[in-house]
Amino acid sequence: MIEPGSPAPDFTLPDQDGNRVSLADFKGQTVVIVFYPADFSPVCTDQLSVYQEVLPQLEEQGAKLVGVSVDGAFCHKAFQQHQGFSIPLLADFHPKGEVAKAYGVWSEDHGVSGRALVMVGPDGVVTWSYLSPPLEIPGANLIFDALEQRTAA
Amino acid sequence: MTRWSSAPPPDPGPADHTRGQGPVVIEYADLECPYCAKAHLILKELPITRVFRHFPVTSKHPRARVLAAAAEAAGLQGKFWEMHDSLLEDQGHLDDPHLWERAERMGLDLDRFEADRRSQEVADRVEADFRSGIRAGVTTTPTQFLAGTPHPGVPGASFGSALRSAT
Repeated sequence: MIEPGSPAPDFTLPDQDGNRVSLADFKGQTVVIVFYPADFSPVCTDQLSVYQEVLPQLEEQGAKLVGVSVDGAFCHKAFQQHQGFSIPLLADFHPKGEVAKAYGVWSEDHGVSGRALVMVGPDGVVTWSYLSPPLEIPGANLIFDALEQRTAA
Repeated sequence: MTRWSSAPPPDPGPADHTRGQGPVVIEYADLECPYCAKAHLILKELPITRVFRHFPVTSKHPRARVLAAAAEAAGLQGKFWEMHDSLLEDQGHLDDPHLWERAERMGLDLDRFEADRRSQEVADRVEADFRSGIRAGVTTTPTQFLAGTPHPGVPGASFGSALRSAT
């Protein structure tokens, strides 16, 4: 997995509405890339539901969130609408998993992204990364911890 | 700025809803969550001290915060656990008229119940529980804490053996 201090590889992926979103669009801001295995799976749904619940607090502390999985844009749209999510969901669909591979979080065994969080600072450098065991959800507290450490540094 | 970073679940205090006798189990739960309803049926049969904290997840359960506030409003008239049990034991009737019926059956002052469940004080109380859950790393409901260890999901075998070694 990509380590703190490394420049975050740029990418351009379609979001749930088919708009092309690049990492470079977030220059000057802190962004947390939430890599997850699959839309609608029970564990991923719990994970994004909890992050959605604290989205205002994360934004208040200066962090934007984007989700990335191998699901296509239409699937992302359905997942977002079904769950009432406003977190943008990016489709790492074609070539499949290219972004997950660039960040070193690809799971070849399962053909999906692993469950990982990567925080990228305003200068485009990774400030924190975390790879979770597949069925374990990283708590939102870990993101707040990384934001506090960023402020302290 | 209000802190949301990691912190262990606070020890039970006078502000908490507590009942029963035995090892302390702190529950983080969502009153609209079916798994929490199932957990409730298991926990109510156990010789434990139950400490209830709200963990409403509104994207999964649109009525979660409304129900949490209703239970707190009932609590201001001394009927928190009655409302808690009532909601978890019948999650098929959760609209406002159903809440009024439940409140009337419990003998609550309905005007006061209505004002309280929409009050800032009650919203803040629910949010304080939720924030302590986020800080403790809760990611799913229900999650039970026994002696500082989280047990996510409906209590099963691992929770049972942890409880046996705590008693």
